[in-house]
Amino acid sequence: MKYDVKQFELLSNEEIAGGIFDMRLKNDELAPLAKCGQFAHVYVPSKTLRRPISVCDSENGVLRLVYQVKGEGTQLMSQMKSGEMVDVLAPLGKGFKVEKGKRYCLIGGGIGVPPMLYTAKQTENPLVITGFRNKDLIILQEDFKNAGAELVLTTDDGSAGIHGFVTDVLKDKINEVDEVCACGPTPMLKAIADVCKEAGKPCQISLEERMACGIGACLVCAVKVRKDGEEIMQHVCKNGPVFNAEEVVF
Amino acid sequence: MADLSVKIAGVEFNNPIIAASGTFGFGREYSEFYSLDNLGGISCKGITLKKRDGNPAPRIAETPSGILNAVGLQNPGVDAFIENDLDWLKEQNTVVIANIAGNTPEEYCQMAEKLSETAVDMIEMNISCPNVKSGGVQFGTSCESVGAITSAVRKYCKKPLIVKLSPNVTDIAEIAKSAEANGADAISMINTLTGMRIDINTRRPIIRNNTGGMSGPAVFPVAVRMVWQVANAVNIPIIGMGGISKWEDAVEMLIAGASALQIGTVLFSDPYAPIKINEGINKFLDDNGLKSVSELTGTIKPW
Ligand SMILES: Cc1cc2nc3c(=O)[nH]c(=O)nc-3n(C[C@H](O)[C@H](O)[C@H](O)COP(=O)(O)OP(=O)(O)OC[C@H]3O[C@@H](n4cnc5c(N)ncnc54)[C@H](O)[C@@H]3O)c2cc1C
Ligand SMILES: Cc1cc2nc3c(=O)[nH]c(=O)nc-3n(C[C@H](O)[C@H](O)[C@H](O)COP(=O)(O)O)c2cc1C
Ligand code: FES
Repeated sequence: MKYDVKQFELLSNEEIAGGIFDMRLKNDELAPLAKCGQFAHVYVPSKTLRRPISVCDSENGVLRLVYQVKGEGTQLMSQMKSGEMVDVLAPLGKGFKVEKGKRYCLIGGGIGVPPMLYTAKQTENPLVITGFRNKDLIILQEDFKNAGAELVLTTDDGSAGIHGFVTDVLKDKINEVDEVCACGPTPMLKAIADVCKEAGKPCQISLEERMACGIGACLVCAVKVRKDGEEIMQHVCKNGPVFNAEEVVF
Repeated sequence: MADLSVKIAGVEFNNPIIAASGTFGFGREYSEFYSLDNLGGISCKGITLKKRDGNPAPRIAETPSGILNAVGLQNPGVDAFIENDLDWLKEQNTVVIANIAGNTPEEYCQMAEKLSETAVDMIEMNISCPNVKSGGVQFGTSCESVGAITSAVRKYCKKPLIVKLSPNVTDIAEIAKSAEANGADAISMINTLTGMRIDINTRRPIIRNNTGGMSGPAVFPVAVRMVWQVANAVNIPIIGMGGISKWEDAVEMLIAGASALQIGTVLFSDPYAPIKINEGINKFLDDNGLKSVSELTGTIKPW
């Protein structure tokens, strides 16, 4: 059986920046199966739909999820206390494909930064570019350094790091890497895909769509992709969330 | 251990819990959780004569105790279903129900004819999909059109024919009677209730199709009421659905008049719901000294 739901013990759930929480969940069966770029589908009591959250890290049976409070579901998640059991369907989806011997540029924008941490840990000496709106929203910088990454920080307003967008840095450094992996808001992903296309570098991007089942059965999380010259519907939860940027019809 | 099996239009189900159309695909994904013989049957994703891409995303929004969806009948088409999915489904030891939708009565007839030559166990005619521009629900909202399409499809359909009703009507009992009079072997109900959510900041509907079909616990009382009304009006069996999320709901729907049940939205919170609901029904039957699930059907004592 490929899919399972388990009760995970909540070890900690701390606010690490304004409205952004770092949740650690223990389950020795499912947590070790997680690969970079995959996601967990978290049951929130009283809600009909589970919330999809990317795997930020997985180590010693502990799954780490870093999430921003957006609406009622993530608000309720932020109130969960250590010792509680959390019902999680994981790991789901197709993550980033990383190969040995390649140098990767890993780009995260805002709340798209967390999945790049686990990805950084699976790659050698990656170049990691993290972009945030302002200094109050910066997360995970120490973690990336500990993972051995060459780390660049940008903010849209210049309140910390380089004043500018992740793509400004990418344009300068794209020749130092073999491939790009990215997660963040759609306009950012589109801009990254354009830079990669121009430079002739492969690019993988992680997409978001509203979900229900999380496994490819209900067909609600549709995304249009181009395969063999034909536009077809695929599903973010099963065929993704990570897609080859060249195939995505934005 | 009570007898959970039920018989609908001559077809034997191991238990009364059937996966609801559109929430379970063609079964492959959920078979990665548990063996599909845990289900009495599977109502497959709605299929059309030709392949359909469906609506653009977002196709779903959450509502208090429920959801709205507007998938728009994305499916590979009837021929691809028969060629790629049916044989596999038939190996799963569960009843296979093909759910069909069309733009015209002729399309329904063509699909019924094709599927009658295959190993599907039953055909469920969806005349109640609120999420496609033409086809679907316009056949399901008046007694005349329901009668006309049912009798037309009946001529081509060699399998037991289930007519799936829309709740978006004034008098569902009259519609059910019309389906029965024109050859339906069973009724399934309810499809989703048309609804809408708007993002107050962008003032845009959350669903790209603007409106969607509502399902989940929020619609359960409406579904129970409608099943009860239809049970009082027809003699053919009813497959009840709409918001069933726990075994108590299942028992309630059976008491209201259903002979079998479909469950959909609850799978999104708990993929194991079919197994848990069957266990709960079984315990309820044992605790109440009942030998068979069918002893519950229609046992309501109305005031
Ligand atoms: C594959 C994937 C990975 C994700 N990883 C992360 C992550 O690591 N950290 C993080 O903070 N967020 C992540 N998100 C976004 C996160 O799922 C949403 O922010 C969250 O579901 C919002 O729930 P809510 O109840 O707070 O908001 P509400 O707006 O109240 O939610 C209502 C409904 O819409 C859905 N929804 C709303 N916004 C989104 C969105 N952007 N994407 C998908 N569904 C949405 C909800 O799941 C819920 O079903 C990810 C989304 C996807 C698809
Ligand atoms: C995502 C989704 C897709 C659906 N697709 C179909 C469909 O293709 N054909 C159909 O007859 N009903 C479809 N339905 C309706 C369900 O089969 C069922 O009638 C309804 O959801 C009520 O049951 P529930 O509350 O248990 O989900 C769909 C429902 C959902 C949530
Ligand atoms: S969430 Fe059901 S198909 Fe993706």
